[in-house]
Amino acid sequence: MTFDWNWEFAIEILPRLLRATINTLIAAGVGYGIAMILGLVFALALRSSGRLPRTLLREVLEFIRSTPLVVQIFFIFYVGPQVGITLSPWVAGMIAIGLHYSAYLAEVYRAGIEAVPRGQWESCRALNLTTRDSYVRIILPQALPHAVPGMGNYLVGIFKDTPMLSVIGVTELMQAANSIGSETYRFLEPYTLVGLIFLALSLPTAGLVRLGERRLRRKLGL
Amino acid sequence: MWEFLQTYGPRLLDGALVTCAQFILAALVACVAALAAGLGRLSSLWPVRSLSVVYIELFRGTSLLVQLYWIFFVLPLFGISLPKFEAGFLSVGLNVGAYGAEIVRGAIQAVPRGQWEAGYALSMSPAKRMRRIILPQALVLMLPPWGNLMIELLKGTALVALIAVPDLMFVAKQINGATFRSAEAFGAALVIYYLLARVLITPAMRGLERAMARRLGRA
Repeated sequence: MTFDWNWEFAIEILPRLLRATINTLIAAGVGYGIAMILGLVFALALRSSGRLPRTLLREVLEFIRSTPLVVQIFFIFYVGPQVGITLSPWVAGMIAIGLHYSAYLAEVYRAGIEAVPRGQWESCRALNLTTRDSYVRIILPQALPHAVPGMGNYLVGIFKDTPMLSVIGVTELMQAANSIGSETYRFLEPYTLVGLIFLALSLPTAGLVRLGERRLRRKLGL
Repeated sequence: MWEFLQTYGPRLLDGALVTCAQFILAALVACVAALAAGLGRLSSLWPVRSLSVVYIELFRGTSLLVQLYWIFFVLPLFGISLPKFEAGFLSVGLNVGAYGAEIVRGAIQAVPRGQWEAGYALSMSPAKRMRRIILPQALVLMLPPWGNLMIELLKGTALVALIAVPDLMFVAKQINGATFRSAEAFGAALVIYYLLARVLITPAMRGLERAMARRLGRA
């Protein structure tokens, strides 16, 4: 097999790859949704509870952040059935990727919350707001703008990590390219197209994130 | 658990050694690529500049897994056949190098203007100024983000198992396939990865940061 780019073949497989791209986007979106919620829970837990649970949670998050996502995906997918929870590839994949990125987002939220001036907390106390009200109505709305740039970067990151889901058979872009490759023994077109689709999606998104970050900085007067 | 480690511990360790080898080689590739592309991005020659931008955006805009498969499966079609071990650390290194290039560029640009002007005032050549004045100071600035990047690099090496490099992840998968003891196999792999990151890489990077800061008389 030598280098010969076959346009006909490329155009023939493009619809199949684009359909799989939708799955990739869904996976990234759902995974990110889980990560956003779980990350907030972790960030708040890191601030509230006692010393021991806090240290423990910090270590757990550190563990999640410094071990490979692929191994985590395998772990969740294969260990689930052993303890009696059989997870479909999609569910296992979403949990793994959501959990992985929640550890990163917790850090982003934490930095955002810490960027809110002390005086805001003191005002909350002066106004006799409950902790819950202080967070929901005063602190988090101000913390969020500080967190947005970091959140944007991890959105692009999660999108680029979705190909790892192919290892447990989630039918996303990479998996589609793999099966085209094994059906036709042609790897040049599918893998190149996958690369191009990723570029076409992640470069504009990264650009938008940068633009949004600059706008936000100006608005916040940073 | 104990007898699992007794039976499979040696194999896991062999895998961990391959992971370490992949890590070190990929880190070397990443450093060279990051320095070249980071400096190239600041070059006054437009071909050098655009080549660096293309490299950086190409590798940051796509997934490591896509790059790995492309280098391993597609590059041979162009006549460049790499063995799986070399393809593995080369892809991981080039991927991380693209992120590193942005760190290098940022750090060089963060060296105060006066330092550049002082180098100019001493009529140093641009190359000498970069080597003797700017880069050493930029190095101190870029080390903390490089620490994080090294952890990402370690995590990235787990993907080389997918092109059958017998690293830690590959061994864990094999043990899982042979024994169905998934919790032990993948759990042990996760713990080893964590220990590598926490006990070796992070302290080493911290030590390097301190040593560099001391050399510049900043600590």
